[in-house]
Amino acid sequence: MSRWHKAALVGNPNAGKSALFNALTGARQKIANYPGVTVEKRAGRMILPNGAPIELTDLPGSYGLQTTSPDEEVTRKVILGELAGEPAPDVLVIVLDASNLEQHLVFAQEVIALGKPTVVALNMIDLAERDGLVLDPHALSNALGVPVIPTVAVRRRGLAELGEAIAQAEGHSGEAPHPRARLDMAERRMEAHAIADGVIISESAKHRLHSRMDDFLLHPWLGPVFLLGLLFVVFQAVFAWAAPLQDGLEGLVGLISDGVKAEMAPGLLRDFITDGVLAGVGAVVVFLPQIIILFFFILVLEATGYMARAAFLMDRMMAGVGLSGRSFIPLLSSFACAVPGIMATRSITDPKDRLTTILIAPLMTCSARLPVYAVIIAAFIPNRPVGLVGLQGLVLFGLYVFGIVGAMVVALILRRSVTKGAASGFIMEMPKYQLPRLRDLGLGLFQRGWIFLRRAGTIILQVNIVLWLLLNFPQAQKGQDQVDASFAGHIANGLAVALKPIGFNRDIALALIPSMMAREVAVSSLATTYAVAAGDEDTTAHQLSDQLKKHWSLPTALAFLAWFVFAPQCISTIAVTRRETNGWKWPAFMLAYLFALAYVFAGITYWSAIALGF
Amino acid sequence: MNALPDKVMTLDKLPVGQTARIVAVDWAALVEEEALRLRALGVDVGSKLSVSHRGVFGGADPLALRVGRMTVALRRAHARAMQVMLLENGQ
Repeated sequence: MSRWHKAALVGNPNAGKSALFNALTGARQKIANYPGVTVEKRAGRMILPNGAPIELTDLPGSYGLQTTSPDEEVTRKVILGELAGEPAPDVLVIVLDASNLEQHLVFAQEVIALGKPTVVALNMIDLAERDGLVLDPHALSNALGVPVIPTVAVRRRGLAELGEAIAQAEGHSGEAPHPRARLDMAERRMEAHAIADGVIISESAKHRLHSRMDDFLLHPWLGPVFLLGLLFVVFQAVFAWAAPLQDGLEGLVGLISDGVKAEMAPGLLRDFITDGVLAGVGAVVVFLPQIIILFFFILVLEATGYMARAAFLMDRMMAGVGLSGRSFIPLLSSFACAVPGIMATRSITDPKDRLTTILIAPLMTCSARLPVYAVIIAAFIPNRPVGLVGLQGLVLFGLYVFGIVGAMVVALILRRSVTKGAASGFIMEMPKYQLPRLRDLGLGLFQRGWIFLRRAGTIILQVNIVLWLLLNFPQAQKGQDQVDASFAGHIANGLAVALKPIGFNRDIALALIPSMMAREVAVSSLATTYAVAAGDEDTTAHQLSDQLKKHWSLPTALAFLAWFVFAPQCISTIAVTRRETNGWKWPAFMLAYLFALAYVFAGITYWSAIALGF
Repeated sequence: MNALPDKVMTLDKLPVGQTARIVAVDWAALVEEEALRLRALGVDVGSKLSVSHRGVFGGADPLALRVGRMTVALRRAHARAMQVMLLENGQ
């Protein structure tokens, strides 16, 4: 055999395709993007009952061959064999939700009419039974003219029979297709109605569970209260539960680094390994806990069907800035960290909406900005009460609001310029509620973590090493400071000229270079610059604030705060944006617009403060 | 069909829980992709549906529709483009 035969799962969204795919392929999966688009390609190896392997692809959920989204476009092209480098599948496996036959048969008829070897999986038959539906698979098979196998993916029911049917259909794959008469959508819908009527043996009027759950979860005031409580837990988890794990991972990298230091003679190579490579590895793995925790919640919310309800509840608010409810969770997550937030935008179906959300995600005040804000506020903002709250807290709150308002304005402008397009609207099917399955969850988490480590991690590591090289070469002569002698020092000299108009001195310019890795690095760089002895974080911060007061004016400090509301100083965010937008165009745009805003607002802040006589 | 002939309104005005049938859609008022998506979800002339829930913040937007065995969410702007005829509940 020159190549493995191929089969593809086709069906409407929410037909349970992914669960069936997981059940059929196990962990033998490969995830990549289809060439040129950010549509995920999921393929895996399935062993047929006769022992032969077959490559199974899980095509994106689709409502028809007339496409309305990049996902559907990919599905159409793959089925028709129009996608370069992607041979048409030999066997099509249509996945139908047994309790939603009338709807799902509309697309199924369109696929069957192509006349290729086709098998139908009548999936989630257990949920249909729970709803009081009794179906006749033989009648369905007769009506459609293709084999129909009842399956329950999550309980592995019907998998062997499905494999048998695929193997048989594969035997016909060499034959020319026998296309049937194509009906238009209205005709297919009438036909679907008639077929469903003939297949449903009995239907009890049992009140369905999920409409009762909707009555609670979409309730005018209980719904939002529940959502708020849930969001609090998610936010708290990403923010707080991740911290000890992150400390642990950092400690582990530190231990390895110490070990290297103990074993190797001091020198440039040792520094390269500890400060370049290992510090880079640390910068990558430190994000893993947040990514895993956030995606645990997101995968559960998606698998249970609640995600669509949350989007429904938040849609009105997001519509105000030209987005839809689907953008809400990714943006909220970005308050903890933009990296998992941007990865979470995959659940936004409209590409323009998704791009806008990715571009504004860095404006949500992430946890890495807190150390920077805390040091500057402690040093320059007097701790006096304003009404019921302290002035310091008020300034911190103001910085968060500044970021949110900035994001809203940017979203409005982007939606009318760069990401302009037909109003994405908000039209979505609200899936039935279901219990998530642990195995699918685990697999999903593993895949997310792996994608981050492999794709974003390599870029982060590379940039880290480049930064280390910039800071350490050329080597300082005797009596010369290494940083001054380095390329970074020279860059800082040039940067200082450009940053002078917004009130930044050369020390700040120098601190900004290494903090491209991550914003909080600005604090340790400033500490190094002002030769603050490294101690634990509290004493460092305390000594640093004394030094800052000596070297900076208040307008400079305020400008520095304004700078960090916007400045995209996080190489991981850039790397993830590259990965999620499939190219350097949008990360470059993100860098440019955020630095421009940072510069403008730092300047405005600086000169306003001077004009006000601070 | 026991339609109530004088009871024709746009879908966004349809009270929650009231069954109705779509009698006309101003497709020109919708973006082509939206129109296609709505039809694919079974929201089209002739569909029988009811509004099951409405959004909370700012003007009862969006709407959740029961269409057959599916729940479909759409915005009020889409619903405004659709004329529905009230049916007696339980038909």
